[in-house]
Amino acid sequence: MGGLFSADAWEKIWVFRDTFILGLANTGKMAAVALLLSFLLGLIFGLMATSGQKPLEHISRIYVELIQNTPLILQLCFLYYALAFSGNSIGILPTGMIALGIYHGAYMSEVVRAGIGAIPKGQFEAAASQGFGYIGEMYYVILPQSIKIILPPMVNQVVNLIKNTSCLYIIGGADLISLTYSFVTGASTGGAYGPAYLVSGLLFFVVCYPLSTLASYWENTLKLREQKTQVVPLTIEERG
Amino acid sequence: MIRLEKINKFFGDLHVLQDVDLEVAEGEKLVIIGPSGSGKSTTVRCMNFLEEPTSGKVFINGEEMTSKNKTRMVRESTSMVFQQFNLYPHMTILKNLTLAPIKLYHKSKEEAEALAYHYLDIVGLREKAHVYPTTLSGGQQQRIAIARALCAQTKIILFDEPTSALDPETIQEVLDVMIKLAKENITMVVVTHEMGFAKEVADRIVFMDNGKIVEVGTPNEFFKNPSNERLKQFLGKIIR
Repeated sequence: MGGLFSADAWEKIWVFRDTFILGLANTGKMAAVALLLSFLLGLIFGLMATSGQKPLEHISRIYVELIQNTPLILQLCFLYYALAFSGNSIGILPTGMIALGIYHGAYMSEVVRAGIGAIPKGQFEAAASQGFGYIGEMYYVILPQSIKIILPPMVNQVVNLIKNTSCLYIIGGADLISLTYSFVTGASTGGAYGPAYLVSGLLFFVVCYPLSTLASYWENTLKLREQKTQVVPLTIEERG
Repeated sequence: MIRLEKINKFFGDLHVLQDVDLEVAEGEKLVIIGPSGSGKSTTVRCMNFLEEPTSGKVFINGEEMTSKNKTRMVRESTSMVFQQFNLYPHMTILKNLTLAPIKLYHKSKEEAEALAYHYLDIVGLREKAHVYPTTLSGGQQQRIAIARALCAQTKIILFDEPTSALDPETIQEVLDVMIKLAKENITMVVVTHEMGFAKEVADRIVFMDNGKIVEVGTPNEFFKNPSNERLKQFLGKIIR
């Protein structure tokens, strides 16, 4: 009855479609909040990493290394159970938002750091020589140039973040994967393994594929633009 | 106007400036020459704290520059023209010229643009107001960079080898603009290898070697009968 071509199983999925919609909604909600948090952390720690201030650079480094070198599932469990046992349980979804935000914030921070690091030193110096302070320099001169470099890998992080909501399964989450799992193992709903995971996978794909396509499109136009700016000064010859 | 007192600067173990004392009067055109690695760029970059001296003091109009007040002091008193132009590639020429006047000097957009067109006329590039820097030749970019420095309307403009990155055929157009500026009451400190320019506009010439000021004198003293042996050697290599 769990077969991929069993009409029975497909019908069951249709009857319980709200489960999948709820799972997708929870995954979306969690991803959206986690995303905001990770952008914020990525910007803050990315700026710290490029500030030239040794203590700030170290703090940023420690955050990034700690997060990147331990499993997300461990961080999720740590946050969830540490909070639960200290009597401050905040619920599964908020735990997921915070843990995913912190986890991907570390990766975003590296993306921001690389994006700022790619801007020639002369741009920082030009801004400083005009009398811009750190914030003005970043806001008007550096970040608008970095954003083109930052965007494609950042969108890839967004895709990863959406997929990583599935890790919530470990703390009994309410995300799409967890709900799919309870659906196929549930006493009254169980059995439709193949179709259920197919539907769940399709939902992920429908959300993630346009995003990763957008990322590679951006990446390509960026490369094209780079080629253009390299060629233009050589081919256009004007004498003033 | 500018006073350097016993400036020492180390890059790691490298002692690039050794007890540099120098005073530049208001409206003076001071040209710094010397072999590469002699510390002439570092000297001029100490005047706006792009390089902070390891020891020694920098005074502008009698006020000592520190890492705390450098942003304000630089904004109020100095502008810089770089070897690599360092125009902002993500902005049109007009935006490049009006950014600092609008954001730092709180001029209205109309005022800032009028100012920008005024200086674009002086460097002869009014028709380039709406193009992006990468579409211009090196000489044109440098003339725009000079216009950008002028838009800040500071009393001091620092030139760090403004023609060293240019094609030989575009050097003169930049020098012509600088010669025109030299007739104004602007204090100019120019690091250059262009001896013709030095001869024509300099009130005094400073010769540096090995991080020290070796000789200071008028163009006449320098080129007619140089007394210093090292200076003779250097000029002999440059002027044929």
